[in-house]
Amino acid sequence: MPRLSYRKALNRALADELARDEEVFLLGEDIRVAASAVTAGLLKRFGPERVRDTPLSEQAFTSFATGAALVGARPVVEFQIPALLFLVFEQIVNHAHKFPLMTGGQCAVPVTYLVPGSGSRTGWAGQHSDHPYSLFVHAGVTTVVPATPADAYGLLVSAIRCDDPVVVFAPAAAMELRAEVSDPAPVPLGRGRVHRTGDDVTVVAVGHLVHDALAVADELAGEVSVEVFDPRTLYPFDWDGLLASVARTGRLVVVDDSNRSCGIAGEVIATVVEQVRLHAPPRRVTRPDGAVLPFAPALDRAVQPGRELLRQAIAHVSKDG
Amino acid sequence: MSGADPIRLYRTVRLIRRFEERAIELVRSGDIVGGIHPYLGQEGIAAGVCAALRPDDVVAGTHRGHGHVLAKGADPGRMMAELCGRVTGLNRGRGGSMHAADFAVGVLGANAIVGAGGAIVTGAVWARRRRGEDLVGVSFLGDGAVNEGMLLEAFNLAAIWRVPVLFVCENNGYATTMPVADAVAGSISARAEAFGIRASTVDGQDPAIVHAATAAALGRMRADGGPEFLEARTFRFDAHHTFEHAVRLDYRSPEEVARGRSRDPVQIAGSRLPDAERAAVDADVEAVLEAAVAQALAAPEPDPATALEYLYASGLTARTGGG
Ligand SMILES: Cc1ncc(C[n+]2csc(CCOP(=O)(O)OP(=O)(O)O)c2C)c(N)n1
Ligand SMILES: [Mg+2]
Repeated sequence: MPRLSYRKALNRALADELARDEEVFLLGEDIRVAASAVTAGLLKRFGPERVRDTPLSEQAFTSFATGAALVGARPVVEFQIPALLFLVFEQIVNHAHKFPLMTGGQCAVPVTYLVPGSGSRTGWAGQHSDHPYSLFVHAGVTTVVPATPADAYGLLVSAIRCDDPVVVFAPAAAMELRAEVSDPAPVPLGRGRVHRTGDDVTVVAVGHLVHDALAVADELAGEVSVEVFDPRTLYPFDWDGLLASVARTGRLVVVDDSNRSCGIAGEVIATVVEQVRLHAPPRRVTRPDGAVLPFAPALDRAVQPGRELLRQAIAHVSKDG
Repeated sequence: MSGADPIRLYRTVRLIRRFEERAIELVRSGDIVGGIHPYLGQEGIAAGVCAALRPDDVVAGTHRGHGHVLAKGADPGRMMAELCGRVTGLNRGRGGSMHAADFAVGVLGANAIVGAGGAIVTGAVWARRRRGEDLVGVSFLGDGAVNEGMLLEAFNLAAIWRVPVLFVCENNGYATTMPVADAVAGSISARAEAFGIRASTVDGQDPAIVHAATAAALGRMRADGGPEFLEARTFRFDAHHTFEHAVRLDYRSPEEVARGRSRDPVQIAGSRLPDAERAAVDADVEAVLEAAVAQALAAPEPDPATALEYLYASGLTARTGGG
């Protein structure tokens, strides 16, 4: 079976959508030469009108994309750094997201915002290591965090075809993954995936943390039977899929690379406990409150949710009740 | 003065003037909640600019946006219904004064965020021209907007990508209470010139002058594609926002207001018509607005059960807030 890297999967999704739909075009910084490698080869194939390098003007080019989308285009905007989303939060949330309702349904804003390399990049320190997906969930903007090459392809394709704005976070810690993918296909937004079935506890893992959850589940096999649920899309969340899992296991742990307060882990736990009587209090493993990732590698790792804390959380929920 | 039909110009300024006066009455009576930013005194700009546009051209307005929407051709009845929050409104009661939009006539929306419209209209014009259409766009903006970084970024994008957007700065001397002299280093038109954008400054109280300047700019823009900038000097006759009718803010002297109001676009445009024609336009505008207000007030309010309708174009439904 052909092996596909996560990065190449994003590249292929862009190429396929550019080829399929004339209204798709790309905007971003240094995308002609493909500084992030995600747009490699696209300038040559599709030309500078559809692979547009922008000046360093994130706010203007984000709203430029909104304007293009208002008249029927489907822009994909690449951001070099996850923190740039803070700079354009207003343009995405206050304009792109609000236009359909504020105009009484006169328009749609089908823009895709792509962040190749979100979360810690190890050694890039405080201003390059954010993972602000929960902010967009809070705002009600469709948000996806693919964990695998197949999902990276399939969710990016679906994001581009979606009539609403979609933010696609491609975690730095997943970008180098490779997997056998025979036939890349669209993956529906809002549908989670059970990566591994289990009976004792459901672990909800976001993005690259899916692979940590699977590794821990392997280690614990024989002691605790862990089900790993990957929501894939954080907004809209696949509540039915998750509730079905938790209804069987009765125990819940969430591992999430957000800061703790108001991160998606908190929302997952709140929603589950509103509807399911668990055997034990649920647990979450997250970044600390207000996290700023320090530079030194040991400090950077210390602030990220990791396998040791996940093992402890699983032990906790397995013991209680 | 070139081209513009004086009757049409007068009709538009008169329509906007009376629309705003009727709207202020409806604010006072409580039929319009939240208030409005009246366009009174600035009517000549929207009228002059939009008279030079084609129906397929697009405009992005501002928080002080009623004049732009009406001058581009939106129906006054549906506009008034929007201000009153009715289902028959342009935005089905979902936008109100600061978000009124009519995509069918090329109004991409008033926008409540100062400086936000420039990049949006630039993207819209660029995307449609990529399909071979030869339209142009107008971004209306206030003097306050020229200090917003996002707008200056938009100047740069439009210039570097040669997108034909006319940036029309309605310089009424104040951003709320902040005088231009205290806020703008250098000059307003030099902001545009710094990006290689051709800029001119005109008397915004005379719609014929605004029209002539716009028509000249659009002619050049349609021919060679790049953006231009037009500063229209004007005076806001009324409050920044109707909340000011209740809270007196001390920033313009009575003499300054009297001087500003002495150059009235309605009088300037009206003086060019024979009395009988002017009276006929006035009567027609009164009838249009009488019907607009009556229709707006008779229209149903939206059903609260539909509060989240149109939130997602994809058909996604949001979870509601209940326990
Ligand atoms: C980005 C932003 N900052 C502040 C405000 C609040 N505000 C609304 S209108 C306004 C003044 C705008 O002045 P100007 O651009 O000159 O337009 P004018 O009101 O004079 O027509 C301000 C500060 C806003 N809506 N958006
Ligand atoms: Mg002003």
